[in-house]
Amino acid sequence: MTAVARIYRWELAKLLAQKRTYLGLGAAAIVPVIFVVVLLLQTGGPNDVPLGRYIRDTGLAVPFVVLFFMSIWGFPLITALVAGDIVAAEHHNGTLKTILTRSRERGEVFAGKVLAAATYTMIIVFAMGLVGVVAGSIAWGFHPLTSLSGTKVSAGHGLALLLASLAIYTLPLAGIAAFGLLLSTVTQNSAASVVGALMWALLMQLLGVLPGTESFRPYLLGTQFEAWHGFLRVPADWAPVVRAVWVCALYILLPLSAAYLVFLRRDVAGE
Amino acid sequence: MSGALPVETRGLIKRYGRIVAVDGVDLVVEPGDVYGYLGPNGAGKTTSLRMLLGLIRPTAGSARLFGRDPLVQGAKALDGVAGFVEGPRFYSYLSGRSNLQMLADYDEPDSRARIEEVLEVVELRDRAKDRVGGYSHGMRQRLGIAAALLRSPRLLLLDEPTTGLDPAGMRDMRELVRRLAEDKITIMLSSHLLYEVEELCNRVAIIRKGRIVYQGALRELMAATTTSYVIRAGDPERARTVCLTQTGVENVAVEDGVVRFSADEESVAALSIALGQARIGITALTPERASLEELFLGLTGGESSDHDRAAVAS
Repeated sequence: MTAVARIYRWELAKLLAQKRTYLGLGAAAIVPVIFVVVLLLQTGGPNDVPLGRYIRDTGLAVPFVVLFFMSIWGFPLITALVAGDIVAAEHHNGTLKTILTRSRERGEVFAGKVLAAATYTMIIVFAMGLVGVVAGSIAWGFHPLTSLSGTKVSAGHGLALLLASLAIYTLPLAGIAAFGLLLSTVTQNSAASVVGALMWALLMQLLGVLPGTESFRPYLLGTQFEAWHGFLRVPADWAPVVRAVWVCALYILLPLSAAYLVFLRRDVAGE
Repeated sequence: MSGALPVETRGLIKRYGRIVAVDGVDLVVEPGDVYGYLGPNGAGKTTSLRMLLGLIRPTAGSARLFGRDPLVQGAKALDGVAGFVEGPRFYSYLSGRSNLQMLADYDEPDSRARIEEVLEVVELRDRAKDRVGGYSHGMRQRLGIAAALLRSPRLLLLDEPTTGLDPAGMRDMRELVRRLAEDKITIMLSSHLLYEVEELCNRVAIIRKGRIVYQGALRELMAATTTSYVIRAGDPERARTVCLTQTGVENVAVEDGVVRFSADEESVAALSIALGQARIGITALTPERASLEELFLGLTGGESSDHDRAAVAS
């Protein structure tokens, strides 16, 4: 095993030993369940959101609708909870100096942390998707899905579209994680980093709805949470997907590069 | 590189804004030394050790471990080196053994095979499966030594290893340091306790306000320092008068019914005869252990400050 792989494994082990990981994962998993339960108890529904009208047609529609609602602050918060903590907590507990005085280079330690934060981000999105499909299917069955173009797609195909959508949805979330990691590295303060990353996400959303922002709206991080709509059109509209990939790459790589440079040179001293 | 000195710093400086924490420190630790880095709290000991371990960047100067500079060579400069600064820290939600397993994975070569052995050395094997969160301060300190020993170090850097321990814990820790030194590990330990350094170390550097004020064998320094003595006598006032007439006996004062003075051994011997001849019965004539403060007074020609006094007293 390479050095980074070993560090990555321990970073995951550390996440698995911490309450906030389960808090985030639990929140991501419980939201679709709450959604389904509320919709079972109520008539009417989220008719003005993508696929909202079809939510009682098939369990497959549930995660898509939840994706919309959780993009505003739910997922950003859950993501920031871990990404904002991953360096700052080690600084706060003094364990950073413990692991930096072994044989691993700082860059390797940083890479392990980035991979762990990315893994967590991916897992919360897919956990929500899985729980959403299962809970929705229990309530309304696993039936064909109505696409955004109004055509029916088979349940199997719909599931594949869901997986692709979850994957592309992970990208802007990773952008928030990267920003949280940067704050975590720079401020060395967990709470400030979590709140800061959430504020960043909200700012991106806010800019997206203000008048006068139309010209750069396609390049805002918040807009990329809608990139999955492209998969749900027949035929598929690749433009938002492709844009999400490169726009998110910038939102991920710029803060990560900055965080990397800071982490490499930073004085690791007491508080 | 094996011939290089375990520790060598040149003109090491660390500034934090206007504050100079470490101000041109030159240190040389030779193979086999148990080297005491002595100074009051806040003198710059921990900051120096942090620079040695590559945790912070020097403002100027260089630090080398076996000839390798952590600033240039990163973690590779720590080959054969282990230790901790400001007390060892661990993941409180993991067991002692898990913590060591993790650190072993951060080592090159992998040191997993040594985990049980080092747990044995620090007598933590019975508690290794418990979460570190439930460990006492002394146990954490010992786990810190275990974590360092995992790396089979040729040089151990220990920052105040006995601080915060109860008397039994301090004794155990010193015993451990002595045993490690017998195993031919070069040890550099910082302390603000003169007697601790006296007990463990063959050589010392004394740091004060970021500057090295003495470096060399501790014994030579102690011999050169005039020692304080206390006399208990039936008539302290008359004893004082005799003291005042003796050459080589200085700083004579009567406090709480005892006479205090400083002198070298020869003068004390002469004084005891003089007291006898003057028919002054004495019940005790005892040397007082020189304090760090007195060493500083000797080293800096009387220049001192309240800051040091407070630090030494604490």
